[in-house]
Amino acid sequence: MAGLARFFGGRLIKAVAILFAIVVMNFLLVHAAPGDPATVMAGEAGAGDAQFVAQLREQFGLDRPLVVQLGTYIGHVSTGDLGFSYRQQKPVWELLVQRLPATLVLTASAFALALVLGIGLGTLAAVHAGTLRDGAITVLALLAYATPIYWIGLMLILLFSVRLGWLPAFGYETVGAGLTGIAHLADIAKHMVLPVATLGLFYMAVYARLTRASIQEVRDMDFVKTARAKGLRESTVVFRHILRNAILPVITVAGVQAGQLIGGSILIETVFAWPGIGRLAFEAVLQRDYQVLLGIFFISSVMVIVFNIVTDLIYSLIDPRIDLAS
Amino acid sequence: MRQRCPQGHRYRDRLRFLVPIGLMALVLGVQAWLATPVMAADGPTRGGTMNIIVQPEPPILQLGLNQQAPTQMVAGKIYQGLLTYDQKLNPLPSLAKSWDISPDGLTYTFHLQEGVKWHDGKPFTAKDVVFSTTKFLPEVHPRARASFAHCETITAPDDHTVVFKLKEPFPSFLYAFEVSAAPIVPAHIYEGTDFRNNPANATPIGTGPFKLQEWVKGSFIHLVRNDDYYKPGRPYLDGIYFRVIPDAASRALALESGQVDESQYNDIEPFDVASLKKAPNLEMTTAGYEFDAPVSWIEINHRVKPLDDKRFRQALMYAIDRDFIRDKIWFGLGRVATGPVNSRTRQFEPDVPKYSKDLAKARALLDDMGLKPDANGVRTHLRFLVMPYGETWQRLAEFIKVSLRQIGVDITLENTDVAGWVQKVSNWDFDLTSNFLYQYGDPALGVSRTYVSSNIRKGVMFSNTMGYSNPKVDDLFAAAAKENDPVKRQAAYSEMQRLVVEDVPVVWLLEMEFPTFVNKKFKNVITTGLGVIDSYDEVFMVKP
Repeated sequence: MAGLARFFGGRLIKAVAILFAIVVMNFLLVHAAPGDPATVMAGEAGAGDAQFVAQLREQFGLDRPLVVQLGTYIGHVSTGDLGFSYRQQKPVWELLVQRLPATLVLTASAFALALVLGIGLGTLAAVHAGTLRDGAITVLALLAYATPIYWIGLMLILLFSVRLGWLPAFGYETVGAGLTGIAHLADIAKHMVLPVATLGLFYMAVYARLTRASIQEVRDMDFVKTARAKGLRESTVVFRHILRNAILPVITVAGVQAGQLIGGSILIETVFAWPGIGRLAFEAVLQRDYQVLLGIFFISSVMVIVFNIVTDLIYSLIDPRIDLAS
Repeated sequence: MRQRCPQGHRYRDRLRFLVPIGLMALVLGVQAWLATPVMAADGPTRGGTMNIIVQPEPPILQLGLNQQAPTQMVAGKIYQGLLTYDQKLNPLPSLAKSWDISPDGLTYTFHLQEGVKWHDGKPFTAKDVVFSTTKFLPEVHPRARASFAHCETITAPDDHTVVFKLKEPFPSFLYAFEVSAAPIVPAHIYEGTDFRNNPANATPIGTGPFKLQEWVKGSFIHLVRNDDYYKPGRPYLDGIYFRVIPDAASRALALESGQVDESQYNDIEPFDVASLKKAPNLEMTTAGYEFDAPVSWIEINHRVKPLDDKRFRQALMYAIDRDFIRDKIWFGLGRVATGPVNSRTRQFEPDVPKYSKDLAKARALLDDMGLKPDANGVRTHLRFLVMPYGETWQRLAEFIKVSLRQIGVDITLENTDVAGWVQKVSNWDFDLTSNFLYQYGDPALGVSRTYVSSNIRKGVMFSNTMGYSNPKVDDLFAAAAKENDPVKRQAAYSEMQRLVVEDVPVVWLLEMEFPTFVNKKFKNVITTGLGVIDSYDEVFMVKP
């Protein structure tokens, strides 16, 4: 137990140092882009004068030296305050909290779907390597992996929303329907089908290919032969012996991708008008809404660090040879 | 963008018929103006909710503080101006029910509607108008700041009268009162506060037919009927949802499948317009942009050689096939521009020098300058900054690159995003770029800013960023702006247009048109020259 506590303690100290470096780097990076929020707003207004831009800069605090702005920002972040979006006239926290659930629901479902389907299909293909089934799965995975994700999304909308009228094409819920309880959840679920399928399909392809390759490497190893020789049932051999050993690379990749769950769905959120955080980030870049962008970067960095720790934990669960405490 | 509806619909015909009658009523001083374009037969009834695309999502809905087009569209239902304008740019009543202008053109008296209430229940009075035009707007709104700087005094002799006394005649003043140029804001909420940081900006309080109910960022803005609206029985609709749909292809699908009822401006890419026009549930019009009346052009930095030479700029004009741009890049939307003033804008002069595609003339002009082609046929190299406003502008840039290569001008395309584009153009760090500006109905409000040398101001977007300077043009703009005699004013503006077209400060491309798609369930949608920005208090849904 003490070992595990030391593991977490060490990781936490590292995490704080990494976060600090990330905040400073992000801050300098976003300010290095040409233009600033005032320029963008002047551009959007279609008319302007010098006073307009000067007033905006003063309001946004952009008239102060960059170092002072950075100091203020770090001071705020260290107290958990992610700042204020002057463009949207709202605290950044409020904006993030509003948008975070939609993204998490979308990406977590897609992620779960992709993992289950990907590992399942990958295993199936590997076990039946060289057969028609393997060929079909491999081709499907290759197609899903290689086709542009937004194109799949649009085609699904065209088929299921426009032609068949079965599923809503976009949005998070039926706006103005005033649904509550189960009906509301069912409504959200219906809206989730297409975006989750589109996003899930891509990741599924990655996991399927990875699982298949990894299993093929493991399946001929000595301990598998031993297991077979013991007379174990084939399913036991596959799930307890082969898959458990073959799955580590899949978990590594999944761990990396889980960290990107927040930002990884910009295209899907755009095509399906999903009110998530990926779009917020994309728009914040274009609008030079520094505080919002930095806030999203910050949250994503925290997510990546957390998922790295979780991935390490899962390693040790699946493979007892990996001991975090030592 | 503001052409009449080509396929004249029934209600539109009625509108044309009724507008003259309405104007007569006005002249006769009839006070109760009922701008009711549709009559009983398939008559308007209460009820129905409209779904309208809004893209990009507005940052805030306080129209005084933010005037980007999506903000205008949503907030134009919440706030009101004193006037609105028909599609021939005649002023129509809004918060002002009538107005008089003194013969010397110095005194504008507006008589306000009675019984108007703010959305919080407080009465709307002349005090709000005086506060908005003397304190709020001059502080925060660049266009309003310029308009109301013409005023000596703005006073309210009683609760329903406002008098603007001008320093000198400024006949364009009557065009400074639409909702985006001068939205009237509540004095009781803003007086004595820090306007930009007032918490009330999040919950806009206007006088318009719709009130803000809910705004789920990234998803929708919900406006509901203002039951205390001063026109009895209006608005007809129960509410409007503005839906944020960021992807252009998804927007087209949403319209086609009937999930949204209206799109406007650049929501639909020009290449999708033809197929959507065939959708049985939709009607397309290009009317309703008469007040904006944008002209697009290739912007030229006159500080860069050889762009400072008039002959070179004329050669560019001759080298570019603008009919092709209209037909193949904008898919037939728009009209080829003849000069700085849009033919829908007031004071337009058709009789100006003409430039049609003529490569021989273009080459002759360049030869005349002594710009000889090298071994590769290249006379000069220039950069073209692609305007980051969507795919169509990218295609335009590519077409211009190919066109100019034919006369030996080698173009390097540069890409950037909006912030980068504004930063570069406003700081004069470009050779060529494209641009388009709204004209706001009148040359003194929307055209002179591009061409007068007093508006060469580094760091300010949409100023005279070219650095064009012709003292005669400056004088004509200045004289026309304060000329009270309409004949003399037109003469000055016509002379200006001939001079500017000769100088080619920019290569004018199109008088732009935007397609507005409206679901056929909804009637009376586009009825004025402000189109989608207007209040929608007459819009109704036909029963299925």
